[in-house]
Parts: sequence; C-alpha cells; structure tokens
Amino acid sequence: MTIPREELEKMVRSWLDMVEEITRNEGLPVIPAEKTGDPLWVDVRELRLKYLIPISRVKRFFDGLKEGKVYATKCPVKNVFFFPPQADCPYCMDENLEWVEIDGEGVLLTYTVVNVKPASYLHYPDYVVAIARMNEGFNVLCWMNVDDVSKLKIGTKVRLVVKRREPEGFLTYYLEPV
Amino acid sequence: MKKVAIVGVGHSRFGNITNMNLNELAWTAVKQAFEDAGITQKDVQMVALSNVGGWSSEPLPAISVNEYSGLTGVGTYRIEAACASGSAALATAASFVSSGSADVALVVGVEKMNESPTPTAVELIGRSGNYFWEFSMFGLTFPGYYALYATAYMDKYGASEESLAAVAVKNHYYASFNENAAFRKRITVEDVLKSRPVAWPLKLLDSSPITDGAAAVVLASEETARKLTDTPVWLAGIGYGSDTSNLSKRPDFLGLRATRKAAAEAYKRAGVDPAKAARNFDVVDVHDCFTIAEILAYEDLGFAKPGQGHLLAKEGETYKGGLVPVNLDGGLKAKGHPIGATGVSMAAEITKQLRQQNPKERQADIVKGMGLSHNVGGTGHYAYVTVFSLNKPGW
Repeated sequence: MTIPREELEKMVRSWLDMVEEITRNEGLPVIPAEKTGDPLWVDVRELRLKYLIPISRVKRFFDGLKEGKVYATKCPVKNVFFFPPQADCPYCMDENLEWVEIDGEGVLLTYTVVNVKPASYLHYPDYVVAIARMNEGFNVLCWMNVDDVSKLKIGTKVRLVVKRREPEGFLTYYLEPV
Repeated sequence: MKKVAIVGVGHSRFGNITNMNLNELAWTAVKQAFEDAGITQKDVQMVALSNVGGWSSEPLPAISVNEYSGLTGVGTYRIEAACASGSAALATAASFVSSGSADVALVVGVEKMNESPTPTAVELIGRSGNYFWEFSMFGLTFPGYYALYATAYMDKYGASEESLAAVAVKNHYYASFNENAAFRKRITVEDVLKSRPVAWPLKLLDSSPITDGAAAVVLASEETARKLTDTPVWLAGIGYGSDTSNLSKRPDFLGLRATRKAAAEAYKRAGVDPAKAARNFDVVDVHDCFTIAEILAYEDLGFAKPGQGHLLAKEGETYKGGLVPVNLDGGLKAKGHPIGATGVSMAAEITKQLRQQNPKERQADIVKGMGLSHNVGGTGHYAYVTVFSLNKPGW
C-alpha cells in the first residue's frame, strides 16, 4: 500500500482537528484507546525532527553521484576499502585516503522486500533492499530495481547505477541485474 | 571480584498496555522485585535503568522512575544498547556489585512503545542500525534487517519457511502458559505461513510485536544475598560483543558474530565447555525477535552446527524434553519485546526457572542448576550472553 504524502498529511490533520474539537468541548485532550477504551492524554506538544548532517569530508562521494559515479575510499597504507566511504583510516591513523571509483559490477548476496514501511517511507510502493559483493571485495547495500522479484536469485550478477529517487528527487545508487 | 547474585525479580504484564504510564509500569516490576527480595528503597545503592525510548514521552526515564518509586537521590542512569539494553544494564549493575562499589543494586527495564502510532515505532526501530546510509537512504526496517539474514540463510542451508514457523509455534505454545505474555493464543505452522509478509521472507507471525512492559531484578553481593535468600541465583559469567553499524560491512549473513564472541566469553568465565554448550543448561532464553533470529542463536551459541539450527527447530529439539528447552516464557515472539525491558525480563525468567517457580507446563526440569540468556541489540549490533547458576561460581 502506498500513501501519498499529501494524503498522509491530510489524515494527520483531520485527526488533530478531531482532538482539538474534543479539547474544546470537554476541556481536556483525552481520547479513548482503540481496543480498551482506557483514557489517553494526547500530547499537546509536537516535535518535528529533520537533521542537518555534515558531509564536507566525504563531499567527493556526493559530487560523484552528480557525475553518475559511485566512489569508495581506500587506505593506500593498509589497502583497505571503505564503503560507505569514510574520511579516516582507523587502522593506520591516516586521513589521506584515496577516492576510488567503484567498478560497479558485483554479485547478489541477499535481499528482502520491505512490505511494512516506516512512517517516512509510506509514500513509496514496497521496495527491494539488496546487498551485493562488488568486484573490489566490499559490499554495497541499496535498493534494487527488478522487474519480477519472485525470480530473483542469490548469486545473480548485478551492477550499480546512479539515479534520482523520485518523488524525493535526490541522487542515489541502485543495483540492477546485469 | 565479588560474586553477584540475583535476590529478587519482578515482571509486569507485557502487551499494548493502555492503563499505565511508563512510571506506573516500571513500579509494578520494581515493587514485586523489592517484595521478592525482602528489601526496601533504603537498601538500594545504585539503579541501572534500561530504556530506549523515542516512542515514549519521558526523556529522562531513570530519574522519573526513581522519583515515582521512592528512590530519589540514589545514583542512576539510562542505559542503551538497543534491544540488548536490559542485559547491558544488568552487566553494568553487576559490575558495581562485583567491584564493591554497591552492595545492593537495582536493574529496571521499561519500555512504552505504544505511546506512538505503529508507523512511528516501525520508523524508530528501523533507524536503529546505521541511520544515514541504511535507513535515511534505503528505509530498512527491523524485520527488513533480519530478512536479509533469513534470505541468505535459507538459500545457503535450504531451510524452509516451515522450519522458521516452527519457532513461532513453539514460542506461542509456551506463552499460552505465561500470564504476563502479550500473545497467549496458540498458532499453527499454517497460521504463520498465511500471515502477511512484513519484510519478505519474514511474515507477521515470524515477528515479535511492538510491546509495552517492565521487568526488574535486585542484585546483591554474596554476604547480603546469603542474608536475604536461601536460593540466590548467581551471575556465573557475562560475555559481550558488537558488530558493524552498517550491515553491508559484514562478511556474511549466516550468523551473528557479536553473539559468537559474547558466548565464547560468557562460557569461559562460567567454566562452560563450548563444545557441549547445550548440555550445560536446564533452560535457555534466546533473542527471538524474529523466528530466524532464534535459529541463528542455536548455532551462534553452539547448540547446533552451522547450517543445522533450522533442523533443531523443525525436530522440536528446543521444547521441554528435547536437547535444550528454549524460550519457555514464550520468547520475544509471543511474550513480547518491550525493547529496554527484554534483557531484564530474561534475567527474571531464568531466575524463576532455576527456583522452579513457573507453572508446570512451562517449568524446565532443573538438574544442572544452570541457565542462560542471550540478548541481541539491533541486528547483532550488540550482543550479551549471561550464564546463571544455582551453584556459586568457582572463580
């Protein structure tokens, strides 16, 4: 089931209106619990959380997405890849990591279909989340574009592509069967 | 190091509890634990409170529960290790007692998940992995994380959906005898297979519910424990482990490395032979947030060889009378999984099992006097394994 965001906001709004009416009539924001009828106080306060997350030390990764490329970082001393990329190598204390474009080919390790979605994903149809082992040896976890998920097999060859995620419009990476 | 014993336990009803707030719920467990131990507030020198929160309204639950329970002034803090918070709190309080910093410590686990709507709870548990790279970008949910393990495990070892379902059937069966359990209805393999998918291949009846609940245990040093009770339940060994925040950074999806490390440590401290792990315990509680998690636990705890955990479930070897009885309280699956309360609930359950205080249908035969709890946080992000014993540890 997909619920468009406008629809969701309308549902929340109408519920809040109902609580407000109860508060006006009864003098208290108290509603009965659905199953037991026990009185529940509807919190008068509401919090909206949207984080501001620094990305300056891995900015190259996001610049890469704009060019249709996916980058990992690599420690030249330890020869270790980091994906998702990180700016520091904790093993040799080095911060001069190299940016390496991912070859983009790999093999499917595992996957699932998210049927019951979190609140902030209710506007999406059910989506496939997969993990693939890339040729370089590290794994990538992301959504997988697949026509018929019932035919998907572990071990299938996959490739990484950069696309916009709609309706949100941001650039991100997807796996696709080769 | 001083020896530490559990001398009192308390446990609230688990479920969607609409007639009690967080403080009231915690108090029901604390009150029972005090009565069971025969102590009062003035005896408590330290409180470790396990709560994850976010879905519930009190941001400083350690303080509000202390106030409500008449414990104001006693040192406390909230402890978070996701779904393993309860065992983390137990381990922390045990350290206070074993070091001599406290003679009597109280461990409280409490969670009120139903203070928020279900999609919000799904969202907050889904965020409990790597937030930025795996939730914010790709919307993984708690069942979604475990489904990634289930898909890989079933493909590699040929485990069937029926074998997974057998875990749910067993745990619902035992929950039917547990008055505190959220689900007391027995189910069949068909019921599980017919239930709607939540994160394929996991279905609703493969999953533990969103739950409210509280549990409490009182810990005491040897000298005090001897004064309070004839049947102290000793903490014989606790092991800890962790794994990567990003699931993608793990080498495979066939078992939990954090559990293996925690088990190895706990077995070593308790003097348990890891080669015959199952034979050491009369009763075990494992972290069955999803059916696949119980199967992985059989292997990671050394009860079954890699790839054979699903056979243990299928053949009923973890019922009473089998190789080792697992989750006779109904487990997270059917007793319920109020995140921060779960580990404390396990400690309370194993204590009552070893004291033989449960209804006979779900009371294990206590022969060796040893029990174990296995508590995982997130998807193997944290793991705690605790060995409980009626015999004073030899170390």
